[in-house]
Amino acid sequence: MDRLKNLSKASRDTLITYAIVIVAFVIMQALASMHAISSSMIGLLVPITAYICLSISLNLVVGISGELSLGHAGFMSVGAFTGLVAAQVLAPAITSGPVRLLVAMLIAGCFAALAGVLVGIPVMRLQGDYLAIVTLAFGEIIKNLLNNLYVGYDGSLHFSMKDTASLGMNGGKVLINGPQGAVGIEKLSSFIAGFLLVLFTLFVVTNLVNSRSGRAIMAVRDNRIAAESVGIDTTKYRLMAFVVAAALAGMAGALYAMNFSSIVPKKFDFNTSILILVFVVLGGMGNIRGGIISAALLTILPEKLRFIGDFRMLIYAIVLIAVMLFSNNAQVRMAIDGLRGRLSRKDDDEALGDAIEGGDAQ
Amino acid sequence: MGFITNMINGISLGSVYAIIALGYTMVYGIAKMLNFAHGDVIMVGGYICFIAMNNLGLPPVVAVLLSIVGCTCLGIVVERLAYKPLREAPSLAVLITAIGVSYFLQNTALLVWGADPKAFRSILDLPSIKLFNGQLTVSPISLVTVAACVAIMVGLTLFTTRTKMGKAMRACSEDKGAAQLMGINVNTTISMVFAIGSGLAAIAGVLLCSTYPTLMPTTGSLPGIKAFTAAVIGGIGSIPGAALGGVLLGIIEIFAKAYIGTQLADAIVFAVLIVVLLIRPAGLLGKEIHEKV
Repeated sequence: MDRLKNLSKASRDTLITYAIVIVAFVIMQALASMHAISSSMIGLLVPITAYICLSISLNLVVGISGELSLGHAGFMSVGAFTGLVAAQVLAPAITSGPVRLLVAMLIAGCFAALAGVLVGIPVMRLQGDYLAIVTLAFGEIIKNLLNNLYVGYDGSLHFSMKDTASLGMNGGKVLINGPQGAVGIEKLSSFIAGFLLVLFTLFVVTNLVNSRSGRAIMAVRDNRIAAESVGIDTTKYRLMAFVVAAALAGMAGALYAMNFSSIVPKKFDFNTSILILVFVVLGGMGNIRGGIISAALLTILPEKLRFIGDFRMLIYAIVLIAVMLFSNNAQVRMAIDGLRGRLSRKDDDEALGDAIEGGDAQ
Repeated sequence: MGFITNMINGISLGSVYAIIALGYTMVYGIAKMLNFAHGDVIMVGGYICFIAMNNLGLPPVVAVLLSIVGCTCLGIVVERLAYKPLREAPSLAVLITAIGVSYFLQNTALLVWGADPKAFRSILDLPSIKLFNGQLTVSPISLVTVAACVAIMVGLTLFTTRTKMGKAMRACSEDKGAAQLMGINVNTTISMVFAIGSGLAAIAGVLLCSTYPTLMPTTGSLPGIKAFTAAVIGGIGSIPGAALGGVLLGIIEIFAKAYIGTQLADAIVFAVLIVVLLIRPAGLLGKEIHEKV
């Protein structure tokens, strides 16, 4: 217990986050094995883990690096489709499902990272809202290109941007069929795989944040000019956060896609990017634990609201606006800050708090 | 002749984008926010006009006016309820709120008017104009769209440079604090900008639906995003820039559809945005602001 107390605040925070994820996993796994949760809920388990990974990875860009990215779903879709193709092509070579999923996710991560570099180099020349709109544009471009992509496999891979006929295949199978996307996907994803990916994502992001590079990234976020003047290569560190986030999003995309029997490129559009951004913002920017919790809750909420039918998304919209108005209200802010101040003062530096109060009285 | 037809269609579509982009650029200029709900105001404008013409049997002119008034009120109400309380909040909070408003408008439209597309009847019931022995056909709505865009451009330029209110708007977009010290009511000015922007969105909605006559709750979102792209290409905050960006984008989109493929047209439009921003980071007509340490 003493050793836990001696840890730095950052690592204690990280440990609590790990604990929450592990406990939540154990509880859900137990409930699922006891058939205590509905089948629709069980169907949500893998998407929830995928969204948690996306939320953590986008938090690295939006919260830690301070760049507004509106195209995160683009990297997810690059990962999803490369992962699907890899899993199909490797099917004869690797018979074990979980191993194949792992390899497919790694390949997906590599391709998404490559996309991240290609997108990131031009994007990092811009700042603020301009950067946001360009990431949006890249997200749309990726979606449009995948909408026109045809991939077939008959022992070797065939690509076309026109139609399935121009793939020039001898038999074989069409893996990606333009706007119809991929069909007949082998369901390789599982809740355990999702859980492990969440742990991996968490591990990568928290370690990056608490490293020298992570501190450099946050320095660039807080004051770019000051960071530059102490010799931090701002472009390098911004790009690093962007590419790592892209790779992690690609892996989550592969996990997500292999949970369904078919998937279309349109699934990964602007609205999905916004959905992930909402997780991050509602969870508190830069707060990874908050992002995890809001990703889980906001994936379950629409499902639980299904009984009210068409009013579902309306309620979602109202909740979104209400939370934003409420959490940014000056009075609410003051109340929260006051509460937090009182708690922390009681917590560790009571004497200092008294001294400050005494100073105020004079 | 195909080239000229495409050019006319491109300019006409571009004029619609330009009208939407003007609203975007004015709101961004003054409130420094990406108003993602702007596209959905277009859709609401389209529906009001549709209901007024088809269900109430009103003449098109009255329907269009009704739609402008309706959207203007909507713009003011949304600004009061959702954006005004967030004036001091971080920009991301405002962005998410705007997205919330966008979902709200789309889903309200879905509940009120249903998901099935409505066949919008053009506000102009005139036959197409045939030139060069019928080789070139020009739909009258294209001409009206272009004319409306030019009129709005000129009107807005005169408004922002000649009137007191317009000067107040420019002052607010430059420096809100200083404008307030000069006795300008910043809140009224911002409301006014939202009102004008939303009124323009209504006009754009009616013109868009007259040219492409399917009206759905999601009709406004893609044109909204493209118009925003146009505003950024032209240099966000600049009125001539928005018009230039809009027309350019419309022409590029129609030509890409005609010569490269319908599916890839959107990708090309967004690629143009990226290229322009890489060469001129503040847009074509935007002012570059250098950071001071």
